[in-house]
Amino acid sequence: MEESTYTFLLRLGDDSLILGQRLSEWCGHGPILEEDIAMTNIALDLIGQATNIYTYAAGLTPDFNDADALAFLRFEHQYLNAILVEQPNGNFADTLVRQFFFDAFRVPLFEHLQDSKDTSLAAIAEKSLKESRYHLKHSSEWVIRLGDGTELSHERAQLAVFDLWRYTQELFHMDTAEQKLLAQDIAPNLENLRGIWLETVETVMEKATLKLPTNQGFFGAGRLGRHSEHMGYILAQMQYMQRAYPGMEW
Amino acid sequence: METRTIEQLSENFQQKIDADIKIEPNDWMPDNYRKALIRQISQHAHSEIVGMLPEGNWITRAPSLRRKAVLLAKVQDEAGHGLYLYSATETLGISREETIDDLHEGKVKYSSIFNYPTLTWADMGAVGWLVDGAAIMNQVALCRTSYGPYARAMVKICKEESFHQRQGYEIMTSLMNGTEVQKAMAQDALNRFWWPALMMFGPSDAESKHTEQSMRWRIKRYTNDELRQSFVDATVPQAELIGLTIPDPKLRWNEERGHYDFGDIDWDEFWQVVGGNGPCNKERIEARVKAKEEGAWVREAALAFASKSKSRQN
Amino acid sequence: MSSNEWPLWEVFIRSKQGLNHKHVGSLRAPDAAMALQNARDVYTRRSEGVSIWVMQSALITASDPKESGPMFEPADSKVYRHPTFYDLPDGIEHM
Repeated sequence: MEESTYTFLLRLGDDSLILGQRLSEWCGHGPILEEDIAMTNIALDLIGQATNIYTYAAGLTPDFNDADALAFLRFEHQYLNAILVEQPNGNFADTLVRQFFFDAFRVPLFEHLQDSKDTSLAAIAEKSLKESRYHLKHSSEWVIRLGDGTELSHERAQLAVFDLWRYTQELFHMDTAEQKLLAQDIAPNLENLRGIWLETVETVMEKATLKLPTNQGFFGAGRLGRHSEHMGYILAQMQYMQRAYPGMEW
Repeated sequence: METRTIEQLSENFQQKIDADIKIEPNDWMPDNYRKALIRQISQHAHSEIVGMLPEGNWITRAPSLRRKAVLLAKVQDEAGHGLYLYSATETLGISREETIDDLHEGKVKYSSIFNYPTLTWADMGAVGWLVDGAAIMNQVALCRTSYGPYARAMVKICKEESFHQRQGYEIMTSLMNGTEVQKAMAQDALNRFWWPALMMFGPSDAESKHTEQSMRWRIKRYTNDELRQSFVDATVPQAELIGLTIPDPKLRWNEERGHYDFGDIDWDEFWQVVGGNGPCNKERIEARVKAKEEGAWVREAALAFASKSKSRQN
Repeated sequence: MSSNEWPLWEVFIRSKQGLNHKHVGSLRAPDAAMALQNARDVYTRRSEGVSIWVMQSALITASDPKESGPMFEPADSKVYRHPTFYDLPDGIEHM
C-alpha cells in the first residue's frame, strides 16, 4: 500500500514541481507587470504543493531523506509527472492553455482527494484545492480573453489548444498504483474525472470561441517515467547546483 | 476669486514642504518639482523592474525548494514595487507606458548595479544582502519624502522589503558555514558586488548636480555620501561576523569620526556603467523591450475582449 | 506607436471584517474581472485583505485643492458639533 501511495504522491508532486518550474521561467518576462505577479503567485503555490507532497512521500521511502532530495536528486526516469506540464512555455497562449488543461484536471482531483481515507493526503488536497480553484479561474479567464480577443490571439490560442490537446489524455490514466488506491478509498478513479474535466473544458472553449480537436491525441508515458525531450533540459537546470556541488547545504 | 502669482504659489509650496505637509497629486507644484519627481520615481521604478532580471536568472537553478520559493517571492515583490512606483508617477500625469518607453529608449536610467551579471548562487546572497541593504538605506529615508503618493509607496515597499536583505544575508551565512568551495563562492560574490554596491548611492555630494535642490524639496532626505557612509558602517560588522573580508585595503574604523574610513570608488567604472557600457546593460534593456513587444498582442487581446463584452451588454 | 495600455483602476481593500474598505493603490487591467484578480495578486500577497473593491480611476470625481478653503474651512467654526463644546456639571464623568 505504501508503495502505491508513494508512486501516486510522486505523480502528484512532480506535476506541481515541473509546472511550477516552467512557470517560474516567466518571472520578469510577463506581458505586463500585473500578469508577471499573477503567474509567479501560481508558481509559488505549485512549489508549495510539491514541497508538502514530497515531505509526506519522503517518509514513505528509504531512498530519499527529505523533500529536497526528492525534488533535486532523482534521475529523469524517476520523475512521474505528466508530459503536459513539461511542455515549453511557448507564447503566452501556450502557457495559459497548458495551465488551463491542467487546472481543470487538478480541481476535481483535489475535490476527491480531500475526502481520501489517507488523512495526510486529504489535508494536502484540502489546502491545494483552494489554490487550484483560483488557478482555474485565472487560466479560464485568460483562455476566454485570448480566444475571443483579436484575430491574432484567437489564432494563437487555437493553435495552443490543438498542440497541447494530445498531452491531456495521460492525466486520466489509471495505473496499478491508482487501481490499488482506488480499492482502498485513498484516491479517486481518474477515468471518472475525465467527464468533469471535459465539461469544464468545453464550457470555456465555447466562451472562448475555440474548437477542440476531434482526435484523442497520443498517450504519454510520463507517469511511467518516459518523458519528452524537454525534460532533460528542465532537470539540467533545476539540478545544476546539486550535480555540480554534491552533498552541500545551501 | 483671488489669483496668485507664481512667486506666491512657490513660496506657499515651500512653506508647506518646510512644515512637512505632504504635497498631493492635484496640489499646485512647481514644474521642476514635478519633473524631478518623475525622474526620481521612475528611475526607482525601473530599478525594481530591471532588478528582477539578475535574480530571475537563478530562479530555475535555486538549490532547494525553500530557496526557490523565497527567491520567486522576492523577485515577485520587486515587480510589485515597480508597479507601486509607476502608480506614483501616474499621479504626476505621466502614464506607465510613457515612463517605460522612456526607459526602453534610454532616456531614463536605472540603478547601475543591475548591469552586473549574477554568476553564482552566492550572488543571490550578495545581491540580497548588499543591494537590498543599500536600497533600504535610501528607501527608509524616503518614507518621509514630501510627495504623498511617493511616500506612501515607500512605506509599503519598506514593509515588504524587510525580508529581502535578511534572506540574502542568510544565504551568505549558510555558505560561510559550509565547505571551502562555498566559502570561496561567497567571498568571490562579495568581492564582485562590494564596490558596485557603494556606487549605488550615486556620485559624491560634490559631483551630484541634483542633491541641493532635492534636499530643499525633501524628495531626498540625506545626501549620497551620508547614505553611503551609513551603509558601510552597518555592513562591515555583518561581514566580519560571518567571516567575510571586505575587499578594501583602506577600510578601517575611525575612532574620531565614529565611522569607517574606506577607499576610493572607481568613478570611471561608475560612469561607464551608467553610460551604457556595463557588462549587462544591453541584455537588460533587450529583455525588457522583448517582454513588452512580445506581450503586446496579449494586452491587445484583453482590450479587444473587454470592448466586445461591453458592446454585448449594451 | 499605437498604445494598447490598459485602463487604470483604483483598489480598495477591507483588511478584516468590521473595517471599511481603504484605498491601497492602483493597477492596470483590461476589465473589471481582471482588475479584481490583479488586485488580489498585487495587493493581498501578505494576507492584507478579506474583500476587494476596484473602480476605474477615470470614474472618480475629486474635489479641487484650489477650492479647499471654501470647501472645508467653514466647518472649522462649527465647534458646537463636537461634544467637547458642552460643559457638564461636576459629578458626571461620561456622557
